[in-house]
Amino acid sequence: MVPRFLLGTLATTAAGIAITILIPMVADAFEVMQYTLYVVLGIYTLSLAYIWGLGGILCFGQGAFFGLGGYTFAIAAINMNETTVPFLMAIFIAATVAAALGYFMFYGRLSDVYLGVVTLVFTLIIWKLINSTAGPEYMIGTARLGGFNGIPSVPPLNVPGDPSRMFDPVEVFYIAAFFLIATYLLLKFIQATRFGRLSVAVKENEVRASLLGYDVRMIKLLVFTIGGAIAGLGGALYAAYQSFIDPNAFSLEMSAKVLIWVMAGGVGTFVGPLLACFGLQALSIWISTVPWANSLLVLGGILCFVVLLLPKGLLPGLADLSTWLMARARRRTPPEVILPAPEGKRA
Amino acid sequence: MKPLLETRNLVMRFGGVTAVNEVDFLLEEGELRCLIGPNGAGKSTFFKCLTGQYIPTAGEILFRGKPITGLNSHDIARLGVGIKTQVPNVFNGLSVQENIWVSARRGRTPRMTARIVEEAMARVGIADLAARAVGELAHGQRQLVELAIVLAAEPALILLDEPAAGMTHEETERLAAIIREINRTQALIVVEHDMQFVRMIARKVTVFHQGAVLVEDDVEAVMRDARVRDVYLGKRVAA
Repeated sequence: MVPRFLLGTLATTAAGIAITILIPMVADAFEVMQYTLYVVLGIYTLSLAYIWGLGGILCFGQGAFFGLGGYTFAIAAINMNETTVPFLMAIFIAATVAAALGYFMFYGRLSDVYLGVVTLVFTLIIWKLINSTAGPEYMIGTARLGGFNGIPSVPPLNVPGDPSRMFDPVEVFYIAAFFLIATYLLLKFIQATRFGRLSVAVKENEVRASLLGYDVRMIKLLVFTIGGAIAGLGGALYAAYQSFIDPNAFSLEMSAKVLIWVMAGGVGTFVGPLLACFGLQALSIWISTVPWANSLLVLGGILCFVVLLLPKGLLPGLADLSTWLMARARRRTPPEVILPAPEGKRA
Repeated sequence: MKPLLETRNLVMRFGGVTAVNEVDFLLEEGELRCLIGPNGAGKSTFFKCLTGQYIPTAGEILFRGKPITGLNSHDIARLGVGIKTQVPNVFNGLSVQENIWVSARRGRTPRMTARIVEEAMARVGIADLAARAVGELAHGQRQLVELAIVLAAEPALILLDEPAAGMTHEETERLAAIIREINRTQALIVVEHDMQFVRMIARKVTVFHQGAVLVEDDVEAVMRDARVRDVYLGKRVAA
């Protein structure tokens, strides 16, 4: 089991690195920037795939931490005229806010439904708040919050320690891809640790875990905080790659679509949600060019389709399908073909 | 010597319903006690108070002389109280081995954990199920898995809530043997309806009725007690 687990992770990592190298070779700089968006949203997707899939925390407001990461980065970068510290601050602030919100939710023993409601309302409150900061009096240091207009001219990422040397869009793509792969590997590592296995146990049965002496609240809080940090990382890269951030990061759509990606890709997996994120985001962008179609409507339709036909999501659904097809093929194969299997090799 | 477990005047009310009514209960180190009583007598509620799943309305619970009333479930578990609940509380999505691993891993090195997992499975006789997902097992097998989970934590006091429910006759007999074997090293309180089973394992029996202790005596005396027969409407006790 362990070698197979490692094999899948290594294969995914290799594929990720290959695609990262390949894209700038076949695409021009503008297209590479478009692909950076996918990579950034991939990191965001992993944050929810982790807390939902491995921690059982159904967060309806994951966009809050993505947006906080983006805004923290933007405001700090404008004030400091460099991006390394703001980048770390973005992760830190998102994680801290997730920890504070998580503390009240988990130590207050909110049930899953209320947790969903609280997280959703949390992101919508921030959305409202940021939207209403359009006036010139809303400044943090030298950064104007800009309300619904967002914050333009966010400094692009620079070489750590050398603010005068900025990364070009292709380099930013490499950096984002590096963080996506690193996040994936980090989560795979967490999954294999004692803590990762315990969080899955908590997701399976909280009562049993606490009756065995585990503090369920603390485990969930830690999972939620890690998820917040990852979403914050995604948000920082989001603001950095497009030099812009606006309140839509906190919108209902931002939090809802990541739920759909994770659900469609398969809760409990990482690669499935990533594939769903890339595929459905591409589909949304394509549909927005079709005048008579509405991308949200199509996304909703896909959600219904997935819930009805692939209730476990794309990746687990495909695995089930292949098992079923193999079993069918085996049944249909004449017995003399399968009998000569050498002894001892069936296991 | 201090008793292992003691409750003083324990009360649990839900609105107007008193599920546990002024229960004074005493369990010595190494004792095996059976708890019987009709449905709704308050046995499971009593267990939930002992394990911190409910905070008692009034009264006190002492474990080895230390008050544990109102502590969190995980704190009580860490002191050495393990419970197999009435509806099996297991990790359905995990394999049998992983289920027991979660229990055994707390406070132990990986090597010790591996040994304890093997031992717990062997003790309960489910080693052949190690790789199976618990969710797909039969009810009786899940009961045994939960028992192994509880054993792997090595608690000083083990509470078993209807452990024989859903078991075949052979499984029940094996369970009785397992319980007697566990009792060599640990104290147990067993809630059970099946009087045949109670006869197989018990010495002292406590009878609950309407949330209060009705009788507490050794097993044969309890079986003969007219009040106990009345409570059960002569159904199973007479058998």
